[in-house]
Amino acid sequence: MSLETITSGHGETQQSVPSHRYRIARRWQLVSLPIAGLVLLPLLVIFSGWLHPESEIWRHLAETILADLVVNTIILLLGVMFGVLFLGVSLAWLTSMCRFPGQRFFDWALMLPLALPAYVLAFVFLGLLDFSGPVQGQLRTWFGPSFWFPAVRSTGGVIVVMVLVLYPYVYMLARSAFLTQGRGTLDAARILGLGPWATFFRVTLPMARPAIVAGTSLALMETLADFGTVAIFNYDTFTTAIYKAWFGLFNLQAASQLASLLLLFVALTLFSERRLRGRARYDENTRGGRPARIVLNGRNAWLATLFAGLIFSFAFLFPLIQLAFWSWEIITEDLDKRYLTLVANTVTLGISAAFVTIIGAMLLAFARRYSRNTITRSATTIGTLGYALPGSVLAVGIMLTFTGIDNFLQSVLRGFGVDVAGPILTGTIAALLLAYLVRFLAVAFGPIDSSLERIRSSLPEAARSLGAKPVMVLRRVYLPLLSPGILSAMLLVTVDVMKEMPATLLLRPFGWDTLAVRIYEMTSEGEWERAALPAITLVLAGLLPVILLVIRSSKSTTVAASTKATQ
Amino acid sequence: MSKLKFVTLLVISTTFVIPAVQAADEIVVYSARKEHLIKPLFDAYTDKTGVNIRYVTDKAGPLLARLKAEGSNTPADILMTVDAGNLWQAAQLGVLDSIDSAILQQNIPASLRDPENRWFGLSVRARTIVYSTERVKEGELSTYEALADPAWKGRLCLRTSKKVYNQSLVAMMISRLGEQKTSNVVSGWVANLAVPPFSNDTRTMQAIISGQCDVAIVNTYYFGRLLKKNPDIKLSLFWPNQKDSGVHVNISGAGVTTYAKHREQAIMLLEWLSSEEAQGLFASLNMEYPANPAVANDAVVAAWGDFKADDTNVAKAGELQKQAVMLMDRSGYR
Repeated sequence: MSLETITSGHGETQQSVPSHRYRIARRWQLVSLPIAGLVLLPLLVIFSGWLHPESEIWRHLAETILADLVVNTIILLLGVMFGVLFLGVSLAWLTSMCRFPGQRFFDWALMLPLALPAYVLAFVFLGLLDFSGPVQGQLRTWFGPSFWFPAVRSTGGVIVVMVLVLYPYVYMLARSAFLTQGRGTLDAARILGLGPWATFFRVTLPMARPAIVAGTSLALMETLADFGTVAIFNYDTFTTAIYKAWFGLFNLQAASQLASLLLLFVALTLFSERRLRGRARYDENTRGGRPARIVLNGRNAWLATLFAGLIFSFAFLFPLIQLAFWSWEIITEDLDKRYLTLVANTVTLGISAAFVTIIGAMLLAFARRYSRNTITRSATTIGTLGYALPGSVLAVGIMLTFTGIDNFLQSVLRGFGVDVAGPILTGTIAALLLAYLVRFLAVAFGPIDSSLERIRSSLPEAARSLGAKPVMVLRRVYLPLLSPGILSAMLLVTVDVMKEMPATLLLRPFGWDTLAVRIYEMTSEGEWERAALPAITLVLAGLLPVILLVIRSSKSTTVAASTKATQ
Repeated sequence: MSKLKFVTLLVISTTFVIPAVQAADEIVVYSARKEHLIKPLFDAYTDKTGVNIRYVTDKAGPLLARLKAEGSNTPADILMTVDAGNLWQAAQLGVLDSIDSAILQQNIPASLRDPENRWFGLSVRARTIVYSTERVKEGELSTYEALADPAWKGRLCLRTSKKVYNQSLVAMMISRLGEQKTSNVVSGWVANLAVPPFSNDTRTMQAIISGQCDVAIVNTYYFGRLLKKNPDIKLSLFWPNQKDSGVHVNISGAGVTTYAKHREQAIMLLEWLSSEEAQGLFASLNMEYPANPAVANDAVVAAWGDFKADDTNVAKAGELQKQAVMLMDRSGYR
């Protein structure tokens, strides 16, 4: 038992029964290892690219494009970071702490952009706003051919599109953090003389830090891993070099080496953020239930509505209208009864993967809570790295792992005289679900871990000392308090899996086509307008979990509030 | 908790792990050519012969990595992909096997198949010059190289060098003109660009229509698609290099995998795909050109006129692709 855990104030019980605590810590550490191992295997496969030195390609990249790519990537990351922080936090604060016209609608509607794949939004944006698009064309006929319009295929353009697609990660996580913030703390701040702004910046915001950081790191990891969106803008980032090495120079090894650098960068960043957070604790006195909403009046109220409305329109409504328009043109040609199967496959995969991934993430989050040693910490950090890799690279890493296991299993079975023709694991749904787990563990871990951090350890301890069995504590204490986090995780993973393309393409069983596969088929040869139909179907299917979340979260806040009231 | 996890995994594994059983009368295809361009052909073949065809689609890179990793365990009998570079790379990796078929050799011209018969082109795609009929006179155009001339300053649009079509074009130019001359041409192109390179051919042509530039290099079927949607566009195709090498062509094609479980069936399918019966449909589904010279062009495509195509073996595009990519990086062609 480290000094840190003791001083971090887990109550008196632990000092009286250190050996019991130690056993629990050990047990959780053991749980975290296999989960991290699942993620680690494909990562190791990618790192093994270093076994073959590719000095020629490195020299070439270093002499030509690498410096530009690194600068581009950093600019993109900074732009996206400020953008998603600003949009995500301000919108979450408005919809969860204030009252203004349309607030109830925007509360859930602002999550909807999640259902749009980033590259689809990018394509729609360029289609509408670029020089040859209808908007600029119309402006030129009105105001003359030299009418000025900001460059759309530019650094600014990529950042805007990425921010509009990725802000929901911050929005959702900050929202559930704000929603579970207790009235007591805020009242105390106000009584001590802080104004509403000071309360926001000095109490509300710092208390929500784990959630906001988790959301932002998801957005940034996705930015780092993105290839589709930047490719549409022809904006070269680090992933450009990875794909150039692989597809252009036919060198998967060099691509793995580049990808592993990306991973190292993310691992170091995540690790230092957790170090910076240090011993700060975010659990909270939740006495007093939900704080009263700040009622916005007059001009402020309409400004809030205008702000939320603009973001909603640009991130979701306008793109959706454009997609609907395109779909309408081809609906008679392309819509057939296969779409039912496609939707069913997509939703089944999304929900099953979310289920598996959330169990994995919860185990990992509990392990981190109860066993705060270096091994468990490293295990949790590793467990969340899969999200930072470009999809295709990770998909190949996973595929190589599975085929490796298959080849091993087959040689074992052959030893027993059983000859199995063809792969065992590869090409099964189970393998695909594991792949999703590896890729999206971070997405589920973020919201769950940040809600777990907000639960005071005295609560479950009190329950235990009153004689509740662990399962009971889980069901009656943890699950209700974690439910906003779990629901966010559920939604994020379901929608992300539904949008996921590279792993689905590479590992799906024969005939298990999804909507994302359909989008790929259309876009791979540039038929973007025809991709509108599967894209819009994907958005509609993605609405299902959002609606589910909205219904459940309004219920669960009541449950959580009543649990708190009985404390 | 771990018990819960165990039970969950158990339930999932029993419901979801469906063993991949293979029937005897069945061919498995890994395809980087998209589904709606191959399915009609596969359906026709199944109707005709009763042989079932199963396929997965993906990008060429991941499919190749998968074939290589699966080794002798692979369920795939055929690898089908676009671009000669990918087929060349597949042959290099040893995942395609040489096949001895008189029919394929007769149907597919020598420049469109592997010299060692590991892959065969099934459709031809021409990458040519497209120009604005309002601002360019046909007489101004001659070759790909001439677009590097300062006369085109601020008038040229290009698609990104990251697209394999441009990598093949430059690779073939290297084989024809050598590294130094090609490098001058590419630098000249970059200097003439009106706007930064586009991410696809359609956008590139729309830039000409909207007046951003006057001339570009595109695959003909993208032009065909645009024309189909709007027959009044002020664009026209130009066939360059007619006095020397001819128009740059690439292929989509296929080969039989090294560890094919249904090798004979797979060869028969490829033979059928190269036949006059299938070739018309194979090409016209995407407004491409048939690889089999005995098959007439689709009426839409024929209307764009005849041209002399580059008859250097397309395998060269794969061989020199790396060199081409590096050359374009050095020339600042993004």
